[in-house]
Amino acid sequence: MPAVQETVDQVRSIDVDQYKYGFFTDIESEKAPKGLSEDTVRFISAKKDEPEWMLEWRLEAFRRWQTMREPDWARVSYPPINYQDLYYYSAPKRPSQLSIDDIDPEILATYEKLGIPLRERDALLGIASGGTKVAVDAVFDSVSVATTFKEELSKAGVIFMPISEAIREHPELVKKYLGSVVPVTDNYFATLNSAVFSDGSFVYVPKGVRCPMELSTYFRINERNTGQFERTLIIADEGAYVSYLEGCTAPQRDENQLHAAVVELVALADAEIKYSTVQNWYPGDKDGKGGIFNFVTKRGDCRGDRSKISWTQVETGSAITWKYPSCILRGDNSQGEFYSIAISNGRQQVDSGTKMIHLGKNTSSRIISKGIAAGRSDNTYRGLVSAHRKATGARNFTNCDSLLIGDKCGAHTVPYIESKNSSAQFEHEATTSKISDDQLFYCRQRGLDPEEATALIVNGFVKDVLQQLPMEFAVEAQKLISVSLEGSVG
Amino acid sequence: MNAEIRPIRTPAEQGLSGELKALSRAGGPRIAALREAAAQAFHDNGLPHRRVEEWKYTDLRTLMREALPLATPAPVAQVEAHQSLLLDTGLRRIVVANGVVVPELSDLADLEPGLSILPLAQALAGGSEALARLGALQPGRYDAALALNTALATDGVVIEIAEGAQIARPVHVAHVVSGQRPAASFARSLVVVGAGAHFTYAESFEGPAGLAYQVNSATEFVVGDEAHLDVVRLQEDSASALHLSTLLFEIGRAAKVHAFSFGIGAGVARTTLYASLEGEDSQVGFNGAFLLKGRQHADATLFLDHQVPGCESRELFKTVLDDSARGVFQGKIVVRQAAQKTDGRMMSRALVLGDDAEMDNKPELEIFADDVQCGHGATCGAIDDDLLFYLRARGIPLKDAQSLLVQAFVGEAIETVEHEGLREALVERAEAWLAARG
Amino acid sequence: MALLDIDNLHARIGGDHGKEILKGLSLTVNPGEVHAIMGPNGSGKSTLSYILAGKDDYEVTDGAVTFDGENLLDMEIDERAAKGVFLAFQYPIEVPGVATMTFLRAALNAQRKKRGEAEVSTPDFLRLVKERAGHLGINQDMLRRGVNVGFSGGEKKRAEILQMAILQPKLCILDETDSGLDIDALKVVSEGVNALRSPDRAMIVITHYQRLLNHIVPDFVHVMNKGRIVRSGGKELALELEANGYAEYQQDAA
Repeated sequence: MPAVQETVDQVRSIDVDQYKYGFFTDIESEKAPKGLSEDTVRFISAKKDEPEWMLEWRLEAFRRWQTMREPDWARVSYPPINYQDLYYYSAPKRPSQLSIDDIDPEILATYEKLGIPLRERDALLGIASGGTKVAVDAVFDSVSVATTFKEELSKAGVIFMPISEAIREHPELVKKYLGSVVPVTDNYFATLNSAVFSDGSFVYVPKGVRCPMELSTYFRINERNTGQFERTLIIADEGAYVSYLEGCTAPQRDENQLHAAVVELVALADAEIKYSTVQNWYPGDKDGKGGIFNFVTKRGDCRGDRSKISWTQVETGSAITWKYPSCILRGDNSQGEFYSIAISNGRQQVDSGTKMIHLGKNTSSRIISKGIAAGRSDNTYRGLVSAHRKATGARNFTNCDSLLIGDKCGAHTVPYIESKNSSAQFEHEATTSKISDDQLFYCRQRGLDPEEATALIVNGFVKDVLQQLPMEFAVEAQKLISVSLEGSVG
Repeated sequence: MNAEIRPIRTPAEQGLSGELKALSRAGGPRIAALREAAAQAFHDNGLPHRRVEEWKYTDLRTLMREALPLATPAPVAQVEAHQSLLLDTGLRRIVVANGVVVPELSDLADLEPGLSILPLAQALAGGSEALARLGALQPGRYDAALALNTALATDGVVIEIAEGAQIARPVHVAHVVSGQRPAASFARSLVVVGAGAHFTYAESFEGPAGLAYQVNSATEFVVGDEAHLDVVRLQEDSASALHLSTLLFEIGRAAKVHAFSFGIGAGVARTTLYASLEGEDSQVGFNGAFLLKGRQHADATLFLDHQVPGCESRELFKTVLDDSARGVFQGKIVVRQAAQKTDGRMMSRALVLGDDAEMDNKPELEIFADDVQCGHGATCGAIDDDLLFYLRARGIPLKDAQSLLVQAFVGEAIETVEHEGLREALVERAEAWLAARG
Repeated sequence: MALLDIDNLHARIGGDHGKEILKGLSLTVNPGEVHAIMGPNGSGKSTLSYILAGKDDYEVTDGAVTFDGENLLDMEIDERAAKGVFLAFQYPIEVPGVATMTFLRAALNAQRKKRGEAEVSTPDFLRLVKERAGHLGINQDMLRRGVNVGFSGGEKKRAEILQMAILQPKLCILDETDSGLDIDALKVVSEGVNALRSPDRAMIVITHYQRLLNHIVPDFVHVMNKGRIVRSGGKELALELEANGYAEYQQDAA
């Protein structure tokens, strides 16, 4: 049997069902009535004890959403979503965010199982984070259940708290920045999120402050039939720096679950935000049953001169991924980066990429995208690089490589490159290929079995992106890549 | 789900719909049915706009303001004055003026053995076996330009090359618009190259400067197994004209096809190329060079469909943009599941000279076979300052240095034209364009 | 017992209508022996090395290969490697993004795992690599770079010998290891190979030219032509070939 054929078979036979985060935690939860109406929006807002302006903001979004149509331009297909058949709010019954001891032990256990220490002393002992201190905001279904290291952060002036809390405690900041990057009317899923988001993280790093530790949010969908609509807002004031990590998991279920998040980043002059994601939502089983619909709007605004926003993503989960973390390069000399690894297997569908919108002078952007399609999946890179009239000296370099494993999958590349400024310099290159027989033979001659050889070659293929991740995440991501592709290895 | 509600029709759409009411019946029931279907498709879909992905950057609803009356035949003497008729003296020339073949100016005598040339109108009237191939290759989805051409074109050229025939002398179809009043002309041609045959086909487009006429041309190429076809196109229509052209290629096994498009004319130009690779081990190359200035808009859109294993495709497009010109390149390589061992590479490069010029690039890969080597690239930018400096440091004045670099830039694409006379004609056009920049 | 026993091996490349390249090749290699296989281009030397390593493009149509008492042809590529078959490639393959160090470790541990041995500890591994790399003039920078990526011809060959030194195979097959090497590199590589000669390790050195055999002195020399060994002898046979060329064998076989 030819080596490649064998690899293909290995990959084909992978058990997508071995998703190791597929467990469900049995806890009592409180839900909004099923379905979506103004009342649902009011219910969520009331639950969060929100001020009137916030409710109005949500209601405006909801009204707008009712007039919108679900987008259909992405290269994904799925049965129509019945928005009235979902729960829009689900929260563990015990009061959260008081003290670690008030958190339902089941939830603590869940996060421990996921490798996320919510007890600061565990984190200090280096559990799961390889000895580095990482502040964690844990979002369980619709609410944030714990945020660690809050005090230490506040000493540095960094605000890191659930957004629901920020709305009450820092309304001036929220009012100023919420919806300023992703407008309420931006797109169908973002507008839906604006109406019903329940929680998420809020970060404000004041002028000149370098955030003393990595910040991280772990999202967990637990409840059945529940959509998750988190909202993240990160502001780096002038000269500030913050690195933020995001991880996601969900139980294994037969039905599809909707995840429609919005992430807004604002970088003021000389500020830098590094945003990393390891997305490992449940991908559905090998026949495409179940899995998360991941319809996410992520956008960063390099609002100030010399600001920088960098997105790094490792996407291995979700039945459908629809996600284009973008940068608006508004400030002069601002920089945007997008590093992505998107792996699809089984029946997964990925349509992901980025937008780099060059508005300011001498702005630069860099896109490195590595797509890997296996099984019967479809993996599309879709991206836009544009230079507006005044974007003198704009620069972009894009490299999109796709790897196909097996002949039942598809890899697609759809870049839009639009230049309206004569001094803009754009370079784009893309390739699609398979793992070469020669490489496989070479690795196997040195003693690696087909799965190991494939994993090694794939890890080499994605290395440029892995390098961008913080150490602990890179290790996790590397393992995830092996698991997503090989089943028995790792 | 629910059908899109069609917005109100533009004046151009209304005008075209009027012209589509009386379709020619020539050519028998199959051709008539093709025309009917095309007209119906236009009624249903109208002109494309920016929300139609394939026409995203060339919004015909906006760019085509009105439907012009259909052109009428022009006096021979008037047609004769056009310069592209002399593209290269060694070619066998067929003149199509205002969409109608002009026998007086066409070299239809003494055809080499294995070469047959017939005006389409004559073929439709008298029947021709080749006509069975007309309209055989249909793009996967509605294409307004092609639909209008199918419904309204009544003349053009039908060329057949017999199996194994090696036709050394290229055939040049010179499309000319002649007259003082803006009109719309449609021409449809068909080139059938038999198995193992070798043929070079050239077509050119021109018309009176300053006249806002419309040209819609479509040429179908059926390329047999192991045949070798070279196509060279020169589009130098009036800078006020609207030029729409469609090229369709159906390619057999182990064939070699090379097509080159050169465009310096028209206010708005759109060339759509469809290639269907239906036989294994063929090699195709689709290249082009466009030199645009003023407010010219030129769109080159390609669809390459690799259906079978072992084919190789190469595309190289060069666009030079001066003033506030706008260039568009869209290229899509589709590799079907069966098309293993496909080797496809596409490159679009744009050189921006004018401060207000724009370039939109959309190279796409859609790949369903795993054992492939495919890639695309796109670049866009001004002339390399270091290069300019180097040349100037050697004493070459700025303008000349720019010209040299632009020539080298488009030259890389033009060099791929095999026929020497045609290649030189294109180089001359590029030089003249640069000289005119002053 | 012989380490490798090739008996009447017939093989062709690709598919049912593929060209037959090996036409009844027999060879016995005992532990500790170094065999040189020489022959004109296209005689099937490289094919033999690929078949021993298990490359998919070839099909064995007749004959048998026994390695250490087991049927080699039944084994998967990586199984053969774990049993101790090592092929130093004529054109070592690039594996971008995978650091040489990572690759070496993955290979060593994969082989040990298959043999039921414990993984090598990180300090032990680093020590081992450092020592062996030093002898071959391979610096840390090369070890950090992707496997064979951006290596010069000489560096690639040295890296192959380093892999051999780390993996400690029973049978080393050196496929045209001298090609593309200048005299200095040839010396370094040969010394690396000679250092690995031992009573329980055998080597098959495939080469077109005699010059490599000045440095790696063989116990036996075989002349291969048209898929068969047409003459065998001691190391002096190589000198004879150097003087007279292959012409006589090519005529003989024709």
